[in-house]
Amino acid sequence: MSLLRLCLLMLLVLALAAVVAVSLGETPFTLAQYAQALSHPASPPGEVLWTIRAPRVAVAALVGAALGLSGATMQGLLRNPLADPGVLGVSAVSGLGAAVAISAGLAVLPGAIELAALVGALVAGAMVVVLAARFREPEALILFGVALSAFGGALTALVFNLSPSPVATAEILAWLMGSVENRDWHDALRALVPMAIGAALCFRAGQGLRMLTLGEEAARMSGLPMARLRVYAVAGSALLTGAGVAAAGVIGFVGLAAPHLVRALVKDDPKRILWPSALAGALLLVLADLAARLIPTEQELKLGVVTALFGAPAFALLAWRASRSWRS
Amino acid sequence: MSALWTLEGVTARQGPKTVLEAASLTVAAGEVVGVVGPNGAGKTSLLRAGLGLLPLTAGEARLSGKALADLKPDDRAKLVGYLPQDRRVAWNLPARMVAALSATDLAHEPADALALECLARVGAAELADRGVLDMSGGERARVLLARLLATRAPLLIADEPVAGLDPDAQLLTLDLLRAEVAKGAAVVVTLHDLTLAARSCDRIVVVDHGRIVAEGPPRAALSRDILGRVFRLDGELIETPAGPVLAARRA
Repeated sequence: MSLLRLCLLMLLVLALAAVVAVSLGETPFTLAQYAQALSHPASPPGEVLWTIRAPRVAVAALVGAALGLSGATMQGLLRNPLADPGVLGVSAVSGLGAAVAISAGLAVLPGAIELAALVGALVAGAMVVVLAARFREPEALILFGVALSAFGGALTALVFNLSPSPVATAEILAWLMGSVENRDWHDALRALVPMAIGAALCFRAGQGLRMLTLGEEAARMSGLPMARLRVYAVAGSALLTGAGVAAAGVIGFVGLAAPHLVRALVKDDPKRILWPSALAGALLLVLADLAARLIPTEQELKLGVVTALFGAPAFALLAWRASRSWRS
Repeated sequence: MSALWTLEGVTARQGPKTVLEAASLTVAAGEVVGVVGPNGAGKTSLLRAGLGLLPLTAGEARLSGKALADLKPDDRAKLVGYLPQDRRVAWNLPARMVAALSATDLAHEPADALALECLARVGAAELADRGVLDMSGGERARVLLARLLATRAPLLIADEPVAGLDPDAQLLTLDLLRAEVAKGAAVVVTLHDLTLAARSCDRIVVVDHGRIVAEGPPRAALSRDILGRVFRLDGELIETPAGPVLAARRA
């Protein structure tokens, strides 16, 4: 299957999933109400569909796409099928940035929390690159990711500990669990700018990621400017992750799982995997959010909780399979 | 004869340790140069320093007469192809895509055609669509050799290209590299098998403790004295109808 055809097919599936996700929700509608929502967007059912559900689905799709693309780029750069913004600690440090901003009372400044999340992601991304250059073994890098993640978590716990008010604590907690509840079109638009820049950087890195298949020295000797590639890939995926955390909080495992869903369809190619990974991430998160809304629980499930519940076992499965390529 | 690779008094450090000291070497078109030496002697460092993969603390390296420091990465790629010792492949790409990795200057179609041609030359045409991680070590080595040939560079440098290969595959690898030399290229290989080196190289460079200690035609470079001092072997190369053979025992 050609890449274009694969992407069109995935786009179609994503569109279908989005239609279902906008249609279904906590409040069931009759056919007449759906018709009313379509003909009169300002009617009560129209309000529910177009100003509550649709932007929520849009944010879920954007964040999913950002995480999927970010994961695929990191896996390519680090030549490691287990790399992902969550596993490497980028999400945790980004979440820490947001937590510090909330606790410092910066929430009143528009865009401050988002900026803090972005800065956190970029700092963690830079650390990952330094560690990756120093320690070539994939296992070592994952261990550092675990450490960075744990340290980010510990500092976030410290923020909780010292938090001045229970309100701030609750707000941080909600952020860390990840959710696209109550997002409006403004949130979607705000996320779009850093995500577009990040995506452009990742796509520019595509050819370099493919050349890295044979290792850094072979790629450099084939004419790859390695330093530039690192900057593109890391800044790109950190921007995507940071924008995702800014829009929806910390959501794990999508960046890890999305590339693996499409890996076989693109013959493992780190360049061609980028677009399909973004689409797969979008699809995963739209479906996960739909599940979070539809699973009947007293309190609505948080999106990050749903992805982690499904993602953690998937991670174990991937680790099992990935060990194959490390042996040779 | 034009010099494709020149090292002049090259010294390189890796961390605090000097891994190469005052190495001078000239490689011209039409020759196979074998670099030999004990483990850790500095064979790989010699290649890496001469390619700009290790920072030099003294001396200069040139490719086709141009100072390495002045070459942009893609200009350097046109002058030299490199097969690193590390044969790990991160992703299970089909062989034709791996071979095409060194043809990034070409559009997709001609790059793919070149990849298939190079795979055929190394006798791996039937592996073209197979994932490289699904192959045996020998098959993968052939695909990586095809990738080296696809660079079309006048100077081909291979770090232990025959490590882990069976005798037939070892001879095939060196025959293929010789064929490139017959077409006007120059080849530099590091080898551990001294018999193989003596048979297939026009010139041998012996490295020990980060220094080039001998250089010349096989019989001269692998003298009884060098075998004893560098390799701690008691013996010599003897001529046989099939070529020179190392007859030696531990000193």
